[in-house]
Amino acid sequence: MSVLVYTEPHNEKISKNAIEAASYASKLATLLGTTATALVCGEAGDAETLGQVGISKILQVTSGSISQFDTQKLSKAVQEAVQKEKATVIVFSHDFSGKAIAPRVAAKLGAGLVAGAVSLPDTSSGFIVKKAVFSGKAFAHVSVTSEVKVISLLPNSFSVEKTGGTASIESFSPETGKAGVTVKEIRKESAKLSLTEADLVVSAGRGMKGPENWGNIEELATLMGAATACSRPVADIGWRPHHEHVGQTGLAIRPNLYIAVGISGAIQHLAGVNGSKVIVVINTDAEAPFFKAADYGIVGDAFQVLPKLIEAYKQFKASNN
Amino acid sequence: MKLLVCISKAPDTTSKISFTENNTKFNEAGVQYIINPYDEWYALVRALELKETLGGTVTTITVGKADNEPTIRKALAIGADDAVRIDAEASDALAVAKQIADYVKNNSYDIIFCGKETIDYNGSQVGGMIAELLDLSYVSLASKLEVNGNTATLERDIQGGKEVVETNIPFVVSCAKGMAEARIPNMRGIMAARTKPLQVLPGSEAPKLTEIVAYSLLPEKAGCKFIDAENPGELFQLLHNEAKVI
Ligand SMILES: Cc1cc2nc3c(=O)[nH]c(=O)nc-3n(C[C@H](O)[C@H](O)[C@H](O)COP(=O)(O)OP(=O)(O)OC[C@H]3O[C@@H](n4cnc5c(N)ncnc54)[C@H](O)[C@@H]3O)c2cc1C
Ligand SMILES: Nc1ncnc2c1ncn2[C@@H]1O[C@H](COP(=O)(O)O)[C@@H](O)[C@H]1O
Repeated sequence: MSVLVYTEPHNEKISKNAIEAASYASKLATLLGTTATALVCGEAGDAETLGQVGISKILQVTSGSISQFDTQKLSKAVQEAVQKEKATVIVFSHDFSGKAIAPRVAAKLGAGLVAGAVSLPDTSSGFIVKKAVFSGKAFAHVSVTSEVKVISLLPNSFSVEKTGGTASIESFSPETGKAGVTVKEIRKESAKLSLTEADLVVSAGRGMKGPENWGNIEELATLMGAATACSRPVADIGWRPHHEHVGQTGLAIRPNLYIAVGISGAIQHLAGVNGSKVIVVINTDAEAPFFKAADYGIVGDAFQVLPKLIEAYKQFKASNN
Repeated sequence: MKLLVCISKAPDTTSKISFTENNTKFNEAGVQYIINPYDEWYALVRALELKETLGGTVTTITVGKADNEPTIRKALAIGADDAVRIDAEASDALAVAKQIADYVKNNSYDIIFCGKETIDYNGSQVGGMIAELLDLSYVSLASKLEVNGNTATLERDIQGGKEVVETNIPFVVSCAKGMAEARIPNMRGIMAARTKPLQVLPGSEAPKLTEIVAYSLLPEKAGCKFIDAENPGELFQLLHNEAKVI
């Protein structure tokens, strides 16, 4: 018995989502009285970080055998690793890659899958995993009855704990067959902070009146080291790029801090952001529904409040350094 | 082209979410069901567009009981040619995928379309499982799909960008924003939908590996603390000292 976690590098470094999944896997292994192994597909397996979060062994897939993202090949690699490690629980991040591979792996192994888990399983009677449902409005507690289980962990829902330790590295060349999908091109969206991985997000909506008014939003975000997001109508009318659209039909994000400026807080918008730890709302209308979901609110005109906030942040930064 | 679109129903996005029977059942009182938005706006419409340019048929498939029929009729009104309903409880993703895969094994299709995820259970699971059960390639979270002869070029969302991929027909795709623009059914479509074929098939034996045993709601917020708009700088002290997020 063991726990296996799938990790993959992002921009040469192991991704934040993968580190969370690895930390979750090692905690789960402790809970089950076993150890956690990480399957690393890609060049830069950050062995040190994986060791620190409690992974005891790394299966490093040799470069070449899986050079491109293909769910058929990757799920075969995971299956072989599962057999090798006698893994009974396989952990993924519920991110773009996990959503693509985890269902395949579950079907291949005849394993029950909990997609979007937010905490460690309750093993007091059975194996019950809490996951987000209804677009973040509620949780379901899912009992998994199959012998082998697959869990994909919702990004930003589990705090990474560095327990210290080192992972041994073993090179691994699974038999993966041929790829069904060929990658032609990868297009990176500017070098800026990726929205799904950002801890801090500054977001704005139709209250900003026009795309020319985003200067203050961007300035505040840059100062704070935050990513920028927007409501759907703003992306639909082309004031902002589509990849910034958050909500029911856009990205679902769970940053530590979400600052919403000139967004009314429609239920479909909230669906994408209500997992944020702390929500700040800035709106001229004291009755805007967003205030009900907020931790801190400022009733005021964004055009007056933002310049003051920017100045205040600079002072705050100066006095906290 | 023979195109198959997997359609599920979901509570209207404005539904109030609550639970009954000691938090073990979703409270359906007053809940309006719609076609899961990703299935309708992106998967179905893109399939219809392909049919319009390349010829062929668009069939929808739904695993579920008769209460799915109003949303299936809506998909027919938007333009699907015919519909299949597998009469089985849609409780576990793998069970749903197996029903669909079994149907496809007997009725081959060129492209199987799914939505990105259902907005109630948010799994993003069924598409990948169908692909595995049929040993087909799978392109997840695609925002573009073009067919050229026997191959297709797709764009899919990845961390911090997009990936352009190519695959051979047949394959399974899950559809996200960008794929197509929503269509509103017209009167003619609605009339035609009444007589379009809706075939009901019995479900096959399927494993049930997961089960929802309880629900819980998000913890209530303590309430909003208001900050003076003339002096908003206090916000950062609170975020730093009280909320500890900066
Ligand atoms: C099926 C479905 C799915 C949807 N999915 C999404 C989704 O994924 N994401 C999403 O965002 N929406 C989604 N929507 C749309 C959603 O219902 C709302 O229409 C949308 O979120 C409103 O955007 P908004 O808050 O920017 O604009 P508005 O509702 O127009 O709100 C603007 C706000 O700005 C405030 N304001 C105006 N001027 C100022 C100022 N000077 N300073 C400060 N505040 C000001 C106003 O008081 C108002 O509250 C969806 C809708 C449907 C039906
Ligand atoms: N009961 C069902 N019947 C038909 N298709 C479904 C069903 N459930 C899910 N799907 C399809 O699978 C996609 C992903 O669903 P899920 O894995 O539940 O998030 C949906 O967008 C649908 O296209």
